[in-house]
Amino acid sequence: MAEKKIFRKILYHTYVVLTGFIMIYPVLWMISGSFKDNSEILRGTLSLFPSVVKKGNYATGWKGFGGITFATFFMNSLVVASISTLGTVISSSLVAYSFSRIRFMGRKFWFTCMIATMMLPSQVIMIPQYLIYYRLHLVPGYVPLILPCFCGQAFFIYQMMQFMQGIPRELDEVAKIDGCSKYGIYSRIILPLLKPAVVTTVIIQFYWTWDDYMGPLLYLSRPQSYTASIAIKLFADSGSSTDFGAMLAMSTLSLVPVFLIFLFFNKHLVEGIGTTGLKG
Amino acid sequence: MDIKSTGSRKKLRSKLSIYNDVVVGHVFAAPFILGFVCFSLIPIWMSLFYSFTDYSLGKKEAIFVGLKNFAMLYNDEIFAKSIYITLKYVLISVPLKLIFALFVAVILTRKSRMVAIYRSVYYLPSLIGGSVAVALVWRQLFARKGLFNVILEGIGMDRINWFGDEKMALYPLIFMAIWQFGSSMIIFAAGLKEIPMTYYQAAAIEGANGAKKFFYITLPYLSPIILYNLVMQTISAFLTFTQVFVITGGGPNNGTMLYALNVYNQAFKYDKMGYACAMSWVMLILMTLITLVIFKSSRFWVIDDSEA
Repeated sequence: MAEKKIFRKILYHTYVVLTGFIMIYPVLWMISGSFKDNSEILRGTLSLFPSVVKKGNYATGWKGFGGITFATFFMNSLVVASISTLGTVISSSLVAYSFSRIRFMGRKFWFTCMIATMMLPSQVIMIPQYLIYYRLHLVPGYVPLILPCFCGQAFFIYQMMQFMQGIPRELDEVAKIDGCSKYGIYSRIILPLLKPAVVTTVIIQFYWTWDDYMGPLLYLSRPQSYTASIAIKLFADSGSSTDFGAMLAMSTLSLVPVFLIFLFFNKHLVEGIGTTGLKG
Repeated sequence: MDIKSTGSRKKLRSKLSIYNDVVVGHVFAAPFILGFVCFSLIPIWMSLFYSFTDYSLGKKEAIFVGLKNFAMLYNDEIFAKSIYITLKYVLISVPLKLIFALFVAVILTRKSRMVAIYRSVYYLPSLIGGSVAVALVWRQLFARKGLFNVILEGIGMDRINWFGDEKMALYPLIFMAIWQFGSSMIIFAAGLKEIPMTYYQAAAIEGANGAKKFFYITLPYLSPIILYNLVMQTISAFLTFTQVFVITGGGPNNGTMLYALNVYNQAFKYDKMGYACAMSWVMLILMTLITLVIFKSSRFWVIDDSEA
């Protein structure tokens, strides 16, 4: 009996590990490909171990194109993603506080509007938004990528509201008796206690904006201002003979922040998605 | 001045005070209200307006053309094709994605320290799947001499020219969508945790086997979450852009011209802003209809918590 149980346990784990390996095989293939020679990649091989390790791919890729290195592209991505994330955290927590802690006329109405924006397909407003920015002479530029983040993002507002439900209202009451205004309650009580929800927002919003392709595609046109995602696509399409090794090297580098988030904040990610149904 | 008017003035002052709840509420909600008006409400109306006009970036003014854009859509072959392809993409990828997500979530409910690690491994593709990097890798994996053709040759089949064949080109994209079942899986897993163990114990006492437990306890209990995932995944499948833009660009012969890409092309490649707005409104109506159908049908298959 005990033997049978152990056998089944081993079978289960082998099965799950093998399928898991197949799941992440494309990712492993990308990483190993970044150390392979161009001809080896083009020949088509299943092997995850390069026949000859070619370290030069990273140096070749880093040179970028048109005299602009990937240092610039990654820096642009970092700046855009950081500012967007900061804006999202500040604005979303403010809005979440008003919806969950203040009883005011119009609260239900605005809350319904917020839920509606979650379901609204972004493509419907994409073109008119572009036209607005275009007329305001903000295209090309970073403003259209960053500005909407300072207006709160429905998913994060909702997630923070759920978290605030768990913060005892007695704390608000006590603070109020001590002469704290609603502004004070937000900054001195709610915000410090909101930290776990803020961490989730930071990591998810950061990798969303880091990965974003459509925004930069629409709004950036000078090569100096390209983010990494745009640069990699152009790098892959440039010229007749793409250096696949270098392309995979830059692709791998572009995923490093996401891998780091995955390694160190995995628990927050999983909880954030599990509790609020954020799309991953 | 009599007492009455001082009272009402006091009232007025307290209403306008920055400490009044109505004012405080709107101050805190201001970022959202501003954003909602500027980035959702006004654009929606603009989009509706432009869909009845002939407009491009080069033109100073939009020319009202009535329903001409919609009439043109009716006769646009690429438009018809893109609707067909998008529906095919959604109808194949979403159900398979959810089935995989549910299957893996159920498998990974064992009590074991490893389960959390396994779950994150299965979740990784969905975390990075939206990036250009992974799309480029995918393009390479399905290339003529790519990994999938090597496997096909290995098991004695012919190579497939995935991206050269109009009929085949959509499948790598569908496959990629299914591969990213991770976030749905996490949501299912969170739901599975909520099912009281006593249900299963009671079922076990009555002699129910694994399959019976799954169909009579797990599935009904998860049905609200299935509905949620179905709606969210359907919406996001309709909006798929980056992957198809990077991997196939809509080709060959528009065989992978997903709706979102078609809208993008009309607006930013051909500068037909009015026409593209009309297209996006058709999409909005189409998606609303499908979401409504899903919600209406849910009466028959979603079991409410209070009843279960």
